[in-house]
Amino acid sequence: MTTGNGAPVLQVKNLTVEYETPRGKLRAADNVSFELWPGQRFGLVGESGSGKTTTALALMRLTQLPGRIVDGEVLLDGVDLLGLSENRMREMRLAQISYVPQGAMNSLNPVMKIGNQIANGFKDHNTNIGRSDISDRIVEVLQSVGLDPAVSGMYPHELSGGMKQRVAIAIAVSLGPKVIIADEPTSALDVVVQREVMLTLRRLQEEIDAAVLIVGHDMGLMAQFASHIGVMYAGRLVEIGQVIDMFDDPLHPYTRALIASLPSTSRRHRLSGIPGLPPALLELPGGCSFNPRCESVMDVCRSTDPDLDQIREGRFASCHLYSGVGVGA
Amino acid sequence: MSTILEADHLTRVFSRGVFNKVHNVAVNDISLRVEDDNPSITVIAGESGSGKTTLASMLLGFMPPTSGNIRYQGQDIHSLKGDAWREFRRNVQPIFQDPFEVFNPVYRVDRILTQPAKLYNIAETDDHALELVEEALRQVGLRPQETMGRFPHQLSGGQRQRITVARAFLLKPKVIIADEPVSMIDASLRATVLESLRELKTELGISIIYITHDLTTAYQVGDTIYVLYRGSVVEAGDVEKVVQEPSHPYTQLLMGSIPVPDPRVPWGENLAPVSARDERETATTGCAFAPRCPNAFESCEIKPPPHYGLDDGRAVMCYLHEDRPVTNLDSLIASKSDTPN
Repeated sequence: MTTGNGAPVLQVKNLTVEYETPRGKLRAADNVSFELWPGQRFGLVGESGSGKTTTALALMRLTQLPGRIVDGEVLLDGVDLLGLSENRMREMRLAQISYVPQGAMNSLNPVMKIGNQIANGFKDHNTNIGRSDISDRIVEVLQSVGLDPAVSGMYPHELSGGMKQRVAIAIAVSLGPKVIIADEPTSALDVVVQREVMLTLRRLQEEIDAAVLIVGHDMGLMAQFASHIGVMYAGRLVEIGQVIDMFDDPLHPYTRALIASLPSTSRRHRLSGIPGLPPALLELPGGCSFNPRCESVMDVCRSTDPDLDQIREGRFASCHLYSGVGVGA
Repeated sequence: MSTILEADHLTRVFSRGVFNKVHNVAVNDISLRVEDDNPSITVIAGESGSGKTTLASMLLGFMPPTSGNIRYQGQDIHSLKGDAWREFRRNVQPIFQDPFEVFNPVYRVDRILTQPAKLYNIAETDDHALELVEEALRQVGLRPQETMGRFPHQLSGGQRQRITVARAFLLKPKVIIADEPVSMIDASLRATVLESLRELKTELGISIIYITHDLTTAYQVGDTIYVLYRGSVVEAGDVEKVVQEPSHPYTQLLMGSIPVPDPRVPWGENLAPVSARDERETATTGCAFAPRCPNAFESCEIKPPPHYGLDDGRAVMCYLHEDRPVTNLDSLIASKSDTPN
């Protein structure tokens, strides 16, 4: 992907996360590789269980047992986050790479005033900042997400869902990180509030030229927010491309089915879901994991798992339909 | 034409406080009707706090209305007793928003399917019951061997939702009241489940009251739509008309906010900027939407508008349509039942 300027800010290489279960090990993220460039908004989409949240958490090094990062590199400006000490990683979180969790309702401390929760970030990461400077910064941060400075003195229960989500975003951008990871940031919000919150996130991200990785399953939201999309299936990244290319010409049969299954507001039609069910990660079919549900399945799909190859400039897909057409293997 | 379920001028007020009572009108004067011989999907659309779940609770008989009444085959549901009440229960089935809260955590999920099959004498034998249960599970995209025998906490939210849809399949009631039945189901499966709801209507003749905040799915499956704002129906009518040419500023805001799955269409390009507001704000003396409305003028702040009738049979609660005759939701229902489905 050569859309950003200069160098990629985040390079994820062969990231693999395994979960230990009573019935054996399962790979929730399998060999995931992609790059984020400054200013890019990368949407990671997939069904539940496809590994998108696992991937997002692993980038923050927040994977919890029984999950373990077993392989790969996460290079933030060339520094491998997976190799850092826990203390160094703590310094990186929020300041360099920040996280907006799913459902802001639960992410804020219910017994701490909003202002103090924002101040925590400044205090933890910059001990030199004075008390009056901190209150100035809190006001600035709240205004940047369209909230009244008075919110600083309120508790989370006094705010609506949309306001809480704005606070979560305000905290995430407060230290000007290079990468913001947002996991379904608006899944609990109404459609009107969703749009306002997402436009706020986009404006702030553009102001600080950060890269955003947004995780979700709503293709409509992705079409409107993301500049690039990565599609995950059964722990694998199966397709990457620019958002317009992806919607105009989806390559992977799964992406095609995903886009075809979207309900529209301009035309009423028979709804067609993707036939079959997402696979159980402990019992993946041989070859390509999507083969039992695939319209274009061939013999080779049942025996060999395809690699994620570059099909053309800026487009990557992992599908045997395109083997041989790739530029460089 | 016979009416199976009918709600007349339903209002529900929640009060809190002892001396200075605060009244919150969750549902304000809503009427709707479900016909027996003309199965339809009626959509109740609105954001959180619009009163849609309160309305569902009242229609199911879980909560009495503060005023107005609900009739099942002509009889007030709160006067039904014994067998009549059981028949109402069997024929008006819910599908809930978060089924985790309705499943008994100490029983395996099979019970929620086999129990009603026995209770209502749907299956003659245990084997037959099992067969029907498995068929119903497959119909909503679940693998029986992976769901039977599990406890509710071992299933995902989407799986639990689909089990309650399967339950509706199994019981074949006359009316289903589905409160956000697909909110936790992934997009790729959502289409499958919605399509099965539509099949319930076309193949089994079951009428559905589909309660949702998602106008896209509402448009795909619905026949008639009621758009709720703070307890009032602000726009009601044929779903095609309401979605394609929304007439109330709130419906316009809802439609314009939908993220269209087409990266070439800018998000909400035609939306007038919404005035800065506190989302928690409560009632005014005038139109409840006035504080957020880009078109609000003086009379909007003073008194809430009545419903005005448009030529296409819609009812819109907005002074922008003041030149139209005043109507009410009853006349909307009457005109609706004349049109074949």
